[in-house]
Amino acid sequence: MVIVVGWLVRPTLNVKPWVEQRPVKDIDGDGALRLPTIKVGLGVFLTVATSLFALLISAYHMRMMAADWVTLALPRVLWLNTAVLILAGVAMQWTRSAAQWGQIDNVRLGLIAAGVLTFSFLAGQLWAWQQLNASGYFVRNDPATAFFYLLTALHGLHLLGGMWVWGRTTAKVLRGVEVAKVRLSVELCAVYWHYLLLVWLVLFAVLLHTHT
Amino acid sequence: MTTVTHDESPYAPPAEVGEVELYHPKTFIGKYIWSQDAKVIAVQYAITAIGVGLVALVLSGIMRLQLGFPHEFSFINPSNYLQFVTMHGMIMVIYLLTALFLGGFGNYLIPLMVGARDMVFPYVNMVSYWVYLFAVLLLMASFFVPSGPTGAGWTLYPPQAILPGTPGANWGIILMLISLAFFIIGFTMGGLNYVVTVLQARTRGMTMMRLPLTVWGIFMATILALLAFPLGTSFFMPALVSRGEHLGYNGGSPILFQHLFWFFGHPEVYIVALPAFGIVSDLISVNARKNIFGYRMMVWAILAIGGLSFMVWAHHMYVSGMNPYFGFFFATTTLIIAVPTALKVYNWVLTLWKGDIHLTVPMLFAIGFVFTFINGGLTGLFLGNVPVDIPLSGTMFVVAHFHMVMAVSPILVVFGAIYHWYPKVTGRILNDTLGKFHFWVTFIGTYAIYYPMHYLGFLGVPRRYYAMGNSVVIPDSAQSLNAGITIAALIVGAVQAVFLYNLIWSYFRGKPAGGNPWRATTLEWQTPETPPKHGNFGPELPVVYRWAYDYSVPGAAEDFIPQNQPPAKTPGGPEKTLEKTLDAAELGPQKLDASGMPKPVGG
Repeated sequence: MVIVVGWLVRPTLNVKPWVEQRPVKDIDGDGALRLPTIKVGLGVFLTVATSLFALLISAYHMRMMAADWVTLALPRVLWLNTAVLILAGVAMQWTRSAAQWGQIDNVRLGLIAAGVLTFSFLAGQLWAWQQLNASGYFVRNDPATAFFYLLTALHGLHLLGGMWVWGRTTAKVLRGVEVAKVRLSVELCAVYWHYLLLVWLVLFAVLLHTHT
Repeated sequence: MTTVTHDESPYAPPAEVGEVELYHPKTFIGKYIWSQDAKVIAVQYAITAIGVGLVALVLSGIMRLQLGFPHEFSFINPSNYLQFVTMHGMIMVIYLLTALFLGGFGNYLIPLMVGARDMVFPYVNMVSYWVYLFAVLLLMASFFVPSGPTGAGWTLYPPQAILPGTPGANWGIILMLISLAFFIIGFTMGGLNYVVTVLQARTRGMTMMRLPLTVWGIFMATILALLAFPLGTSFFMPALVSRGEHLGYNGGSPILFQHLFWFFGHPEVYIVALPAFGIVSDLISVNARKNIFGYRMMVWAILAIGGLSFMVWAHHMYVSGMNPYFGFFFATTTLIIAVPTALKVYNWVLTLWKGDIHLTVPMLFAIGFVFTFINGGLTGLFLGNVPVDIPLSGTMFVVAHFHMVMAVSPILVVFGAIYHWYPKVTGRILNDTLGKFHFWVTFIGTYAIYYPMHYLGFLGVPRRYYAMGNSVVIPDSAQSLNAGITIAALIVGAVQAVFLYNLIWSYFRGKPAGGNPWRATTLEWQTPETPPKHGNFGPELPVVYRWAYDYSVPGAAEDFIPQNQPPAKTPGGPEKTLEKTLDAAELGPQKLDASGMPKPVGG
């Protein structure tokens, strides 16, 4: 974290602000990073989310070392869900390229495909919960189950948050706005989807690893 | 020495005027309730935080009544007492101090100080407040559920937090955990705003190293909070989902909970302390009419403290038992963190040295803070050592230590900051006489409370206990001392009413402040209107030419030069400053462009 902040102030870190008085002309928007603000916002948010998931995973690992740990049989449907989420990521990426090339029809198609796939993933996750519950595992049974519900729920909630932005973007596209107006939203969605796909892959790997 | 006429011709249009779309509220509700103006949100945060803080103040008064005069008050029983301890601690640390410093001062000061029109995501900012308010209401609701709020202590250690004997083991603890979860969600929304606004919305010329230290303190504290609060989530979400692993199966890992809790809990101390450090630097500089001593060192110290604060958490757990090498490591990091902190203290004192000190009310509070922080910090060095900590950990000594260092110190800064910025918020100055009375009673009173408490700790008076009972090691006189502390605490508590009265009275009757009553340099004092309108600055954003600490510059007509005052217009001072900037020997060979402008120095 210090490194990150240090990097941010790197260009000015050794400036002596008390002697340095630059004339107007050289003061040329040297404040901000050369990125859209919303992108920086997403970056900061992803850092926070990474810290959240990383800590939950480490808590999970530490908890696993306790003597009373019981392993959990993961529902098979999770494999299918993973494939669906990967496809959603691919769809988002395709949409992003389409937005860059200015192909509004493909953007529309891609957004709808990504949305449908993501909803299928979320439905699949609910189905996995259902299966677990039916086979007698609910939150209160043992720590592994509790962690499973917690991790999948948090991941799903993050995805739902993304769906809100997806919904706004798709609505705009369906209303027929120009592609330039949604390009940034589509790009941010794609980044967010890739990020959540990565998180899911890591979570799934962690859950599988303890599945033995 | 090159002779250069300082730029008259090239006018640089201010950054980011066209891009910012401001939400313009039409109705009263849009303006003051569902407001997206950071300044209104700041006031909402501040009023809520102070309101809930008053509840916690009353709780502490009740606790002191019990400790000072045990068995006199029938409405306080051991269960209640533990509930009051818990709620007092949690409210004061999270819902008052964190919310007030970051949500209150952060919202008000960041956009104004960096020269922005508003936060970068105003809508998210608005939602942040309402989520915070919901968290506060949930927490308050726990007073009204069966068996009341949790009495597990603010650390909420399992398994005791959910065992049947603990008050609030059913509803209280759940409400507490859910309320914390909402607090964190709300805070993350606000925190994203504070960080991205500082990164992206600084006005033209406002480099990171020209930011006032207030912004640096709040910025770093927000980064700490954004990283530490997910840690909070990592302990209490599992705790919540499995109710402390108490349902259906036994076992669990209390030590794991403690590690996660303190990995969040210790940075929390600095989340409260860093904004206080920043604000107090500015208060001292303004009122000593001197530049802050060692600005760069101050910034680096803030970074160092922020980084180190994640490496000291286990010093709260010496008594939980740990590998001796582990303990050695944490004792070492704990003592190392004293180095950047001490640098800051020296710099404050050196800023005061030979300054033109104006003992205004904010300055009194700032100096009071330096005293108190040194006191609390020194006892921290005691407790940072494992062999000293273990016997003292369960005693009143620890209560005295952490109240000095992270309760009294930050709250003195809060008061100082309110007296300092109230004129900008309302356009009127708080009453000076009432302010001085408030300061002296609060300052002396807190010493009357906490100095004797150190001694009680050495005697072995345990903390968290409802009553001392009979003990061979503790003399009877300890009880008399406790009674004295209680009287002091009640006086300090009561005098806060004077402060509240002052806030309300001055709003209507206070002396009009004008735009810049303290003759300060930072941008919030240079707004065209006071209080600033939505959008903060007039049609154009200010351009920043200098750092925030040009006080008593030799040769200048006034003893302060605002950050947005162009160098050429410095009355009487341009030659002086030009010499510094354009000394040929310092710059080496450089090209001057058509208008005779030198290339920038440094970066």
